[in-house]
Amino acid sequence: MKAIYLIIPLICLAAALVAGLFGKQIGRSAAHRITIGAVGIACALSVFVWMTVMDGMLFNGAVYTWAVSGGISFEIGFLIDELSATMMVVVTFVSFMVHIYTIGYMHEDPGYQRFFSYISLFTFAMLMLVMSNNFLQLFFGWEAVGLVSYLLIGFWYEKDSAIFANLKAFLVNRVGDFGFILGIAAIVYLFGSLDYRSVFEMAASEQGVAQTTQLFGTEWQWMTVVCLLLFIGAMGKSAQVPLHVWLPDSMEGPTPISALIHAATMVTAGIFMVARMSPLFELSETALSVVMIIGAITAISMALIGLVQNDIKRVVAYSTLSQLGYMTAGLGASAYAVSIFHLGTHAFFKALLFLGAGSVIIAMHHEQDMRKMGGLRKLMPITYITAVIGSLALAGIPPFAGFFSKETLIQAVGNSHVTGSGFASIALTIGVFVTAFYSFRLIFMVFHQKPRMDEHTLNHVKEPPWVVTLPLILLAIPSVIAGAIFFEPMVLGEYFGHSIFVLDEHNSLAHGEGHGAVHGIGLLIGTIGHAFFTIPFWLAVFGIVFAWWCYIKQPELPGKIAGKFSWAYKILDKKYGFDEFNQTVFADGARKLGDWLWRFSDMRFIDGFVVNGSARVVAWTSSVVRHVQSGYVYHYAFVMIIGLVVLMSFFVTG
Amino acid sequence: MIPLSHYLILGAILFALSVVGIFLNRKNLVVILMAIELLLLAVNMNFVAFSHYLQDTAGQIFVFFVLTVAAAEAAIGLAILIVLFRNRRTINVEDLDSLKG
Repeated sequence: MKAIYLIIPLICLAAALVAGLFGKQIGRSAAHRITIGAVGIACALSVFVWMTVMDGMLFNGAVYTWAVSGGISFEIGFLIDELSATMMVVVTFVSFMVHIYTIGYMHEDPGYQRFFSYISLFTFAMLMLVMSNNFLQLFFGWEAVGLVSYLLIGFWYEKDSAIFANLKAFLVNRVGDFGFILGIAAIVYLFGSLDYRSVFEMAASEQGVAQTTQLFGTEWQWMTVVCLLLFIGAMGKSAQVPLHVWLPDSMEGPTPISALIHAATMVTAGIFMVARMSPLFELSETALSVVMIIGAITAISMALIGLVQNDIKRVVAYSTLSQLGYMTAGLGASAYAVSIFHLGTHAFFKALLFLGAGSVIIAMHHEQDMRKMGGLRKLMPITYITAVIGSLALAGIPPFAGFFSKETLIQAVGNSHVTGSGFASIALTIGVFVTAFYSFRLIFMVFHQKPRMDEHTLNHVKEPPWVVTLPLILLAIPSVIAGAIFFEPMVLGEYFGHSIFVLDEHNSLAHGEGHGAVHGIGLLIGTIGHAFFTIPFWLAVFGIVFAWWCYIKQPELPGKIAGKFSWAYKILDKKYGFDEFNQTVFADGARKLGDWLWRFSDMRFIDGFVVNGSARVVAWTSSVVRHVQSGYVYHYAFVMIIGLVVLMSFFVTG
Repeated sequence: MIPLSHYLILGAILFALSVVGIFLNRKNLVVILMAIELLLLAVNMNFVAFSHYLQDTAGQIFVFFVLTVAAAEAAIGLAILIVLFRNRRTINVEDLDSLKG
């Protein structure tokens, strides 16, 4: 089995190396064959591993010891349990779909082989991250996915905006990673180990919880400090407010990447990490509270921005941010299982939506402005249907996948007693309405209404080739059914076994609806039926109807609303000013500070004072002292005599 | 019998005279050379006095050494002085300040 675990990530790495280093020699079609083959094998093996895990075959151990230093061993190891197996299947499946889709999307791009190399490398890095059994390897995967993300956002490196975006993504992620590595350092300091299992065991023991430290003049529980630092890392990677600013800009990258990295997998690494660290987070109520509040703020505020975006990819990007906020809020409610459940369903329907958006973009000849689309329903039926499925899933309409995960997530947050859960619960519930509204705004603006593009484009709009539509269909299937299939085991059952740890007093899932006796289809029907009596469902329906009213029935209404609430529109259009703030305070501030340091510290102080100053002191001193040198022999002789007398009197009297 | 202290006082006076002669002299380099000779003679005076006082001939042997060295030194000093005069046309101490930095 160890060999299989090793093959899964390494085959992706091998394919990436072949396609990347020998891309020119092997040609375009060989490059995509090799990488798709590799990811396909990884996907099949992941499913196999997942099935063995479901049969109870877990694995936790090192495969290679890199170094041992001071009692800490740096290992490469795998922890294969329910959580990581689930992530492996999600990652490799979505990656596989995206690989196939890329053949169609990147078809004319000169960087074809490079692109395939990067996405395979990404798959490798992401697998290393989720399969890791220690913090070192987790950090390796964490940084490696960040690197590939950087490379892919700037894939079209001639574009200034792409370079700006990838630099921004890189820098913002550095902020998060700084917290993350501090967290890991704190763990090593506290427990002297990098291994998950031993750290969790020690943390759970009496003294692990009780340890405190002095920070900023107040006493902190060590666990809170560790968890908050780790969560800062998660905030960077999973784009939570205020470190979310890089994700919308990352849409500068090619669309398959937006689907794979910036929607389905990499950005969920933070969610996965927190779920993996559940034994630590459970010990700190403060950390859980922070997680929940940050998540709720992200969920609602980013959803609102999604309302006013006109770039098709950016709407989906803000929806991703908002959904990540939902997952984070779920983590705060200790509903790790539900967050991972939502992560999985979201990966499918959001990848679907992104790939659908990409399909539209191909058909529109790389036009992304929704105001120049419209009426594509008849021309692109497959894209239309799959996009509607994705949007229904996103909006949370039963029986689509998103319904089960989101509904339970909101319930879990509602049941939670952590500080801030009241606010989070309200924010998430309102978010449902907003989500439904913006996703159907997109559908109506792109696929309904009258065509607004020019004649030439309109005549050329057609359904893209099968390599594009096939992944759409294959992703649409789990977007419909994944929720229903995994709802019972993941949320109510013991699907995650011991891979997720929840303290009894934090458990927000146990006191749910209380239909413990019902199973299978009956349970699903019961849950769906129950939905008709819950607020989120009606909010979602209302959101869709309102979108229909605004964009089909009375198309002039949105303009009027925007005019009436121009201040609100302006705030949303400016994205709350995060970008401006960062630009003026951090970017320009850093530049000014650097300028000041250069002018004052470097030129004036170091060059002027320290370097030239010391030279000038020497010159001045010697100009005074040299008058002592008269050049007359008798002066020197006199000084010698005086010296002799002084020395002698010193020796004689002393 | 003349006591030891008289010899020593004479030596000290000679020594002091020669030291003063070295650095108070502003005129002639030859005077400096003579002062150095006198300096050595003052030391010799002490050697001889102590040698007689302690009844030890080692002191008088040292006097021979010193005289030899003094003779050699005077020869070299005068040679340098002549070369110096040839080059600079002066042996005035005031003018010889090229050691100045």
